[in-house]
Amino acid sequence: MEEKNDGKNRLVDFSMNNGSEKAFKAIGIVSLILPLSFLFILIIDTAADGIPRLNWNFLTSFPSRFPEKAGILSALVGSIYLIGLTAFIAIPLGIGAAIYLEEYARNNWFTSLIEINISNLAGVPSIIYGLLGLGLFVRFMGLGRSLIAGALTLSLLLLPMIIMAARESLKMVPLELREAAYALGADKWMVIRKVVLPLGLPGILTGIILSMARAIGETAPLITIGALTYVAFLPKSLTSPFTALPIQIFNWISRPQKGFHVNAAAGILVLLTVMLLMNALAIWLRMRLQKRNI
Amino acid sequence: MGKEMRKKLMAITWLAIIIMVGCRGSSERAGEKRPEELSGVILIDGSSTVFPITEAVAEEFQKKFPAVRVTVGISGTGGGFKKFYGRETDISNASRPIRDSEQKECEKKGIEFIELPVAFDGLAVVVNPQNDWCNWMSVKELKQLWEPEAQGKIMRWNQIRPDWPDEEIHLYGAGVDSGTYDYFTEAIVGKEHSSRGDYTASEDDNVLVQGISTDKYALGFFGLAYYEANRNKLKLVAIDDENPENGNGPILPTEETVANGTYQPLSRPIFIYVRKDSLETKPHVEEFVRFYIKMAPTLVKEVGYIPLPSHAYEMVMRKLENRVTGTAFSGSKVGLSIEELIGR
Repeated sequence: MEEKNDGKNRLVDFSMNNGSEKAFKAIGIVSLILPLSFLFILIIDTAADGIPRLNWNFLTSFPSRFPEKAGILSALVGSIYLIGLTAFIAIPLGIGAAIYLEEYARNNWFTSLIEINISNLAGVPSIIYGLLGLGLFVRFMGLGRSLIAGALTLSLLLLPMIIMAARESLKMVPLELREAAYALGADKWMVIRKVVLPLGLPGILTGIILSMARAIGETAPLITIGALTYVAFLPKSLTSPFTALPIQIFNWISRPQKGFHVNAAAGILVLLTVMLLMNALAIWLRMRLQKRNI
Repeated sequence: MGKEMRKKLMAITWLAIIIMVGCRGSSERAGEKRPEELSGVILIDGSSTVFPITEAVAEEFQKKFPAVRVTVGISGTGGGFKKFYGRETDISNASRPIRDSEQKECEKKGIEFIELPVAFDGLAVVVNPQNDWCNWMSVKELKQLWEPEAQGKIMRWNQIRPDWPDEEIHLYGAGVDSGTYDYFTEAIVGKEHSSRGDYTASEDDNVLVQGISTDKYALGFFGLAYYEANRNKLKLVAIDDENPENGNGPILPTEETVANGTYQPLSRPIFIYVRKDSLETKPHVEEFVRFYIKMAPTLVKEVGYIPLPSHAYEMVMRKLENRVTGTAFSGSKVGLSIEELIGR
């Protein structure tokens, strides 16, 4: 009897475990499929509207009052300049700050204060950065509604994210490797340059990819600092007025004529492509770096 | 070593600042233009309603003067005026006349401006095409429906007219930050910026079109251009202002009735405001504004608005040439004649 009971209990336990595991698996699959299918539907819907409009003319024309003549050139070039400039400003500053905080800063209340603030800043809504950019860069520094003001604002937005990601990956570099380097007589700067940075770089790059992808889709801070809607020329200098893809798309969407809505769909596809290309480039870079490290 | 790193970081920071300042300097030098060449930047911002017209003019202007760079932003009429009196723009697009408060700001900053009406826009009151009972409404009925006191009280169609169905009425309208809302409330409720709050508001008129076209018991208002682009999905409501002087009975908005002032009170003038000092110091701004008025009759129509009568554009041009500053209004005014509108 006892044996039988035991066996039964074990059997019941086992099947219960199995059941809850199955349920967990099911929930996991559903929570994977659900957002993906939403994304898929959105992309299919946009592609159906936008693909017929996508052609060379669309990419190389300036905005126009005729939807069929209107193109996305100034917005596309504006976005590429903007993101390039933002990367140029934010990446060195972000990595530099992370290295300082991780490797050099003493562990005192001041450092923790900075750390807390950085993680808080990462959660601040982007429009707040837009307002800061408007006050600081556009008005106070007198940069106007220019490319550089936009890039500086987006850099502020990205810095906390880049710093946090970079710090996390610097932390992951094994202590043994640092100690080994020190044992060989390397000084701190050499250890950082030859050991910590190269090993941390793939992780840092991942953080940068994610933040850049966010930046290219940002609309709110750009509208706040006054990126323009109709710009039919390409930026010639850092202080040139500019427009960007999300702003052009937003404008087309809100027009009454159907033709502009099609343009907006095509614009979304262009934006998605740019984003995918950027991510692909970064992933390729990361893989190359990882290979080199091995 | 910490010091060394810090030194390098400082050097990089300074380098960045120097580059930024340097770029700023060089572009300012580039901005200094010889007048005979006509080049430079024209900064325009303001209402999204006026945007399509200004965009069209800018497009044509740049074909003729490729060295002039025109930029147009959308900050709304109020936002545009803020930039205008902050000296950030040369021209402001406005779907309502300048307010007293905005005018005072201009005075305070020593900014003189010229007010130029460029087109008419009709506000359309629309219902769902399946709505077979509501073909026209009087201004009184619209007021009864939209005034602040109606909130939570006038909720069913048969409360407006007893023979209309006993069904809930669903209201859609422009968001409270738009010039469209200001004008509608002034014209219908009688007080600018005052209406019931329990309606579906959106700054994006396409959302309103979507809502009304899928809801049999909906009623809403927005710019006529949005009706024109969605004719098959909506039904227009004729408006009776009960004033026989400008046409008897309910009148539908058409190009004719908006332009000749019989579609009252829901046809409104839309404007550009030009800074006098920009006109005088930047020849390309003056050239642009002249071009604007010259091209307006054709371009206004092309982008879905209603041009002023042709003699009105002549008057507007004269106003520009004589540099008549100031406004003919204070706040949204309803039912003005062309002469009053231009202010002579």
